[in-house]
Amino acid sequence: MTLASNPPQNTTWNRALSVLRDVISRPSGAIGLFLVVFHVVLAIVSPWVVPYDYKAMNSTLMLTGPDATHWLGTDHLGRDVFSRVLLGGREALLVTGIATPIAVTWGGFVGILFGLVGGRMDEVLMRVVDAFLSLPWILKMLVLIVTFGTGIEVLIPTLAFFYGIPVIRIARAATHDVVARDFVSAARARGHSRLTIIRRELLPNVLDTLMVEGAMRWSWMLLAFSSLSFLGFGVSPPTPDWGLMIADARGFMSFAPWGVLGPVIALSSLIIGINLTADALAKALGIDRAQKAPV
Amino acid sequence: MSAPLIEIRNISVGFTGKSGAILPVLRDIDLTVKTGETIGIVGESGSGKSTLALAAMGYLKRGLRLLEGSVAFQGQDMFAHSRTELEKIRGGELALIPQNSGQSLTPTLRIGAQLIEALRLHSGVPQSEFSAKAIELLGQVRLPDPAAIMTRFPHELSGGQQQRAAIAMALAGEPTALLLDEPTTGLDVTTQAHILELLRDIARDRDMAMVYVSHDLGAIARVCDRVVVMYAGEVVLDGSTRQVLKAPVHPYARGLLASIPRLSDPRLPVALDGRPPAPGGAGQGCSFVDRCALAQDQCRSRRPVLELLPSGESVRCFRHQHAEELSLTASGAIPAKLDSEAVPALQLDNVAICYNRPRLLDKLLGRDSASVGTVDGIEINVAKGETLGLVGESGSGKSTILKAVAGLLPPSDGRITVAGGEALAPEVEQRSPDHLRRIQLIFQNPDDSLNPRQTIAQILEQPLKLYFSLSGDALHQRSAEILERVRLGAHYLDRLPSQLSGGEKQRVAIARAFAADPDLVLCDEVTSALDVSVQAAVLDLLNDLKSTQGTTYVFVSHDLAVVRALSDRVAVLYQGRLCELGPSADVYATPSHPYTEVLLGAVLEPDPDTAPTLSADDVVELSPPARGCPFQRRCPRKIGAICDTDAPPWRYRADGHGIRCHHTIEDLEAVQHADVAERCA
Repeated sequence: MTLASNPPQNTTWNRALSVLRDVISRPSGAIGLFLVVFHVVLAIVSPWVVPYDYKAMNSTLMLTGPDATHWLGTDHLGRDVFSRVLLGGREALLVTGIATPIAVTWGGFVGILFGLVGGRMDEVLMRVVDAFLSLPWILKMLVLIVTFGTGIEVLIPTLAFFYGIPVIRIARAATHDVVARDFVSAARARGHSRLTIIRRELLPNVLDTLMVEGAMRWSWMLLAFSSLSFLGFGVSPPTPDWGLMIADARGFMSFAPWGVLGPVIALSSLIIGINLTADALAKALGIDRAQKAPV
Repeated sequence: MSAPLIEIRNISVGFTGKSGAILPVLRDIDLTVKTGETIGIVGESGSGKSTLALAAMGYLKRGLRLLEGSVAFQGQDMFAHSRTELEKIRGGELALIPQNSGQSLTPTLRIGAQLIEALRLHSGVPQSEFSAKAIELLGQVRLPDPAAIMTRFPHELSGGQQQRAAIAMALAGEPTALLLDEPTTGLDVTTQAHILELLRDIARDRDMAMVYVSHDLGAIARVCDRVVVMYAGEVVLDGSTRQVLKAPVHPYARGLLASIPRLSDPRLPVALDGRPPAPGGAGQGCSFVDRCALAQDQCRSRRPVLELLPSGESVRCFRHQHAEELSLTASGAIPAKLDSEAVPALQLDNVAICYNRPRLLDKLLGRDSASVGTVDGIEINVAKGETLGLVGESGSGKSTILKAVAGLLPPSDGRITVAGGEALAPEVEQRSPDHLRRIQLIFQNPDDSLNPRQTIAQILEQPLKLYFSLSGDALHQRSAEILERVRLGAHYLDRLPSQLSGGEKQRVAIARAFAADPDLVLCDEVTSALDVSVQAAVLDLLNDLKSTQGTTYVFVSHDLAVVRALSDRVAVLYQGRLCELGPSADVYATPSHPYTEVLLGAVLEPDPDTAPTLSADDVVELSPPARGCPFQRRCPRKIGAICDTDAPPWRYRADGHGIRCHHTIEDLEAVQHADVAERCA
């Protein structure tokens, strides 16, 4: 049999590779991953490939339609929309790309710890989490941003903090399922410390769920970041950003729709890409995901 | 005999594997079921027995498809039918009773509503008579107070009652054939015996055919006229129950029978080595060739056909004339008896365990919430080198006691001491590293007790690092050594549990426990999740380790024969209280506690000539009575009011065999011997 002839290689690397292969083999995973990789690569190389300077204004070319020189037309200040769309995801990807891992790490750790400890402590924490989640997110964020300012150094911790809270819930629920299993009892009966049990027994079994959750959080966070920019609390002009561009161009939408369309398509293709990838990842890892896409 | 009811003609069923090849799960199967006939389909897990039973309904699980052949029910081709036509037949003329009815009954509907739905869909009964008919059906399956059961939800019934309700639903359509997929697996022995009697009687009264799928030859022996033995998707033997169970002519069937532990035989059963081929892995020859003691060259090169013998059996074996060379009752190893020393390895001193915590309100008001303990008054000494068996039905507290000894569940009262008279801290977090190392626990299901994300090496490393601080080469070498000791090679180290068979996984779990070099190993139903042939191998291994390591075992099982095979002494528990405690040979002989008598009477032997004696009803009690004898409500030998009010005294025979009963030993002996004599007459 195959098992006997080639001994299985059970390294983490091999497993990651086989999961990746599984994700790509699914249509949703292939499309999703392509979109995500495309956006990330674009964000890195865009400063060197844009056809025009993103902040170069031209009063003679205000709100012109798409043509051979300006592929997506120009905005109300005569700036090239195509160049600005190419550059517009950099800030968003940078902020969310740093904040997401932080959110998943701290939320995941707290969730696993309380899932393991259980009892009254766990109950109290969950009520606090519920209370937090019941407030509209935009209110909570605005309070912090208004207090501390709008720079990246404020946005990253703010997003990481708020988006880690729902991760606590997910990590705790996943931990509850694992804690009930006999291998955790076995580890307890052997006398391992709580930290060892978390690291050796719980984390490897909760990690899959956390990864999928992380991908979902990432897309939620991108939307939140763009919404903040749209409201004027995110990136400050003249730095190009999709949310900000939509806000600027929406006044002229009836006669110059290209100013809105470009950033909208860019933003939604990235979010759809992340969601499709998360979906395929959940299937590849064998996790049932009841959580819906953010839009 | 009458006309065939179900005719399965040469069917093969398979799925498309990852490589794209078609892998067969069932190969060339012919099976005819006549009206009123009961056929048993036996085989180990993965042998295709459930797939065959479902195929008889024209149903295949997702991913499976019919490769060739046909299935006819009452002359109609089941795989040619449309869905709506099938719906008329299924649940009506042809009904299925699944393994776990608790899961197949709708949790949000009352039993009455579900039964009436079945009547509406599948019976010709007029609507006005639905309720009356439903109550009648519940009465027929011997449920007490059918009118009350109608208003219950499935979760309010015990496992046995749920199974009865499922049988009543299947009977609603006046079926001519009933398919049963492991209908009693997971039920207590007494409940199982009652359900089997019920099925037998129903089948006889209604002249109904039954196809009974089970891995349990004891249950098959009780209900079936004919037995079909399956192996790796093939029928290897088909004959009358007597032929198959008394003198099977296929080597696999003989091996299977020899691997079953018997109540009457104190020796260990013989294991059937190896494992069945995976689907598509059978090769050109006989699928059993790798595990067969009679295999010859022709068995490897050609696949035997199912041959009809003059005696009426069909067998798929070239060497069936020689099958009798393989002993059926063959002795396995004699259980190792260590010279148990007077020093107790474990002492339970008046231990009580209570699951319900005191309620907050009671605490605030300073009230003593007088709840009856789940486990109470347990006094057991286990001598060093001794194996103590703990038996009892589900809910008897046997696993709870193990958890308390392991420190996973602190006792509410009493003391647990280990060798040297040192008291164990109630909770595992407060125990000294030495105490932790000396007591190791092996769980029931290795799928649950081995972390699916750790390789075997990582699993074995944990106790070695924790207790002996091994690392590097020494660690690797020691892991390999331990694996050898449980008869697995070092090449298993890099595998994940999912890449091992059930028996191999349980060996890894055993290896992990023995890696700590323990004095006391607690075995919690360690063979219950395994096939019988694998179970025999695991018992043999435990016996081996006991004789080489001098380990003391506490062995918990609901299977009395398994306990007998390994234990020096046996403790019988009911509702968390001890009923009987003594040397195993004495406990399994008369006189015994009335509860032990009920338990032993309900055991099903894989022998068509034995019948269980059902002396008590199978009502499941959820909590012990507040006063008196715990067994008062079901006891067939109840004396009277004294049983309800006073806790029974211990009555001792020679060699420390104690029975806790208001009857004297002499009374029990007289009355039980009279019963045996009456039964023989």
